[in-house]
Amino acid sequence: MKKSEILAKVQGIFIDVLDNEEIKLTDETTADDVDEWDSLSHIQLVVTIEKQLRIKFTSKEILFWKNVGEMIDCIAIKLENA
Amino acid sequence: MSAMQKDIISTFKELKRILKKDAGSFPCLKVALLGDTATQFLAAAIKGTAVERGYNLNFFEAEYNQVERQFMDTASELYAFRADYIIVFQSAHKLLSNYNKQQSEKQSLLADERLEFVRQTGNSFSGRLIYFNYPEIDDTVFGSFSNKVESSFTYQVRKLNYELMNLSRQYPNLFICDIAALQHQFGRNVMFDSSVYIGTEMVLSLDILPYMASRVMDIVCAAQGQFKKCLILDLDNTIWGGVIGDDGTENIQLGHGLGIGKAFTEFQQWIKKLKNRGIIIAVCSKNNEETAKEPFIKHPDMVLKLDDISVFMANWENKADNIRQIQSVLNIGFDSMVFLDDNPFERSIVRENIPEITIPELPEDPGDYLEYLYSLNLFETVSYSKADADRTRQYQTEAQRASLQKVFANESDFLKSLNMVSEVKGFDPFNIPRAAQLSQRSNQFNLRTVRYTEADVKRLSADDRYKNFTFTLSDKFGDNGLICVVILEKQDEETLFIDTWFMSCRVLKRGMENFTLNTIMEYAKANGFKKIIGEYIETPKNKMVKEHYQNLGFTPVSDSERELYVLEAGKYESMECFIKTIK
Repeated sequence: MKKSEILAKVQGIFIDVLDNEEIKLTDETTADDVDEWDSLSHIQLVVTIEKQLRIKFTSKEILFWKNVGEMIDCIAIKLENA
Repeated sequence: MSAMQKDIISTFKELKRILKKDAGSFPCLKVALLGDTATQFLAAAIKGTAVERGYNLNFFEAEYNQVERQFMDTASELYAFRADYIIVFQSAHKLLSNYNKQQSEKQSLLADERLEFVRQTGNSFSGRLIYFNYPEIDDTVFGSFSNKVESSFTYQVRKLNYELMNLSRQYPNLFICDIAALQHQFGRNVMFDSSVYIGTEMVLSLDILPYMASRVMDIVCAAQGQFKKCLILDLDNTIWGGVIGDDGTENIQLGHGLGIGKAFTEFQQWIKKLKNRGIIIAVCSKNNEETAKEPFIKHPDMVLKLDDISVFMANWENKADNIRQIQSVLNIGFDSMVFLDDNPFERSIVRENIPEITIPELPEDPGDYLEYLYSLNLFETVSYSKADADRTRQYQTEAQRASLQKVFANESDFLKSLNMVSEVKGFDPFNIPRAAQLSQRSNQFNLRTVRYTEADVKRLSADDRYKNFTFTLSDKFGDNGLICVVILEKQDEETLFIDTWFMSCRVLKRGMENFTLNTIMEYAKANGFKKIIGEYIETPKNKMVKEHYQNLGFTPVSDSERELYVLEAGKYESMECFIKTIK
């Protein structure tokens, strides 16, 4: 899967989980840019991404992405190795 | 979790969405949640589930890890909040980390110390306490040998869960929410999610939250008088394999041995246990009646017999109409009924016509019926008494009475022929459980719908300011047991207020209301009371008694915002009725 496809998929998950149609993600987006994205909903997002893409993040990864771009990179590597 | 179907239990995401709905018109309950791990998700799931079930929670969520402080400090927010329900979630995870820090001599006391805390909280609150038991975490330090080692964590957790059951038997207001059973159902891998734990300090996975919340609200709803009383069954491919009209009694699949027959046998055994617990069983099947009844009479492997079925509807009419018919015989709300049918088409027709009924989406494979139904926990209750087991027979005799009534030209002759006898008593240790139970169950014939627990009833029975009556009713067909309760509050030397008057709908139209009022007025006159005041508080379910006091000759009190009615004792003349008293 290309990174742009992953981004589109992740954006769909954000819209669904955070219940906000307006969300537009880029590589630079951080939690500060999205109102509903707090430490609690972050976990909901992570668990949903894991389930839908059939991957599993490590506990360390979940806590240390600086922005959406790093998250997408991490997903891309996992999908390649899957 | 893919096996979990979306129907009765929503997902966590859906529950969060429901929370945005306006629940302002729903009845409000004050609920407090205390946990020793972070509880935000659990709180959201419980609130969402409450809205789904028609309640608006006024919710108090204590700060993280304040369980002991909130309970021990009588000046705490928890005491000030005066909750109807206090939910306490002390996690197995935190228990394990306490255990890990202790010397091995003290580890053997882990369960006792925790039990002592629960005992104290059980003593200090008047509201209901919902306490989660402990899903096991096997630390494998001793392996299976832990069963022999009192200081092992496994030993202590099992002891704790066992003793919690005993404690809840001592404290009527303590209810154990059995999440250890949930873990048995779904497995530890579903219960616990390390991503969630590491990221949030919460020890429950997102997938299990709706089930946890559902278990909590099952208890709350049951305590509020909202629970299932009746199970309606389809026959073909639901309680046996095959189609009786086509296959014939000898060819339906049923019974032990190789193949699907044993799934149906075990399914019937489950239904029989529910029936023995007091759930009313009815049949609704598209069949000729005679054909449908044949397996019940002739098949050697049928667990269910015709005796177990209170109402048997087998015909070719549509099922929604048949279920309405069943409802009119049983006289209970649609929302207290569960309908099981293997056919998705029939399920959806009934659901569209009678949305209040609970209709599980049964799995396609009958081998999966039971495990799926176990996961839904449809039959939660907050009481159990021996009278429950007799319920089926009572509904069957009701059907006999109905057929006798047709023989008599007028109602008085019919009522006289029943030879009715009522035993009138105050509360005593034998009738308190049933009185409390009826207080939880009665929705329709209930003037003020104040719910009393066993503990409440015990308190009332010892309080001089109250005079209490319980009534039984038996007739030539059978004994209905305790069917009516009246609690009178002595407001002053001349005035009696009818705090509570509820009656089982099984005994409607027998003149029991007249008999009850005669009893009240006799007591009033004998003890010098001049005025009797009754009140009607409307609920969605008690319209049946809206005119109750007027019908009995009470006069509405005009200068009150409440619906109050008054009756002068001096002018009262006994009303006609055909029930004899034993005192």
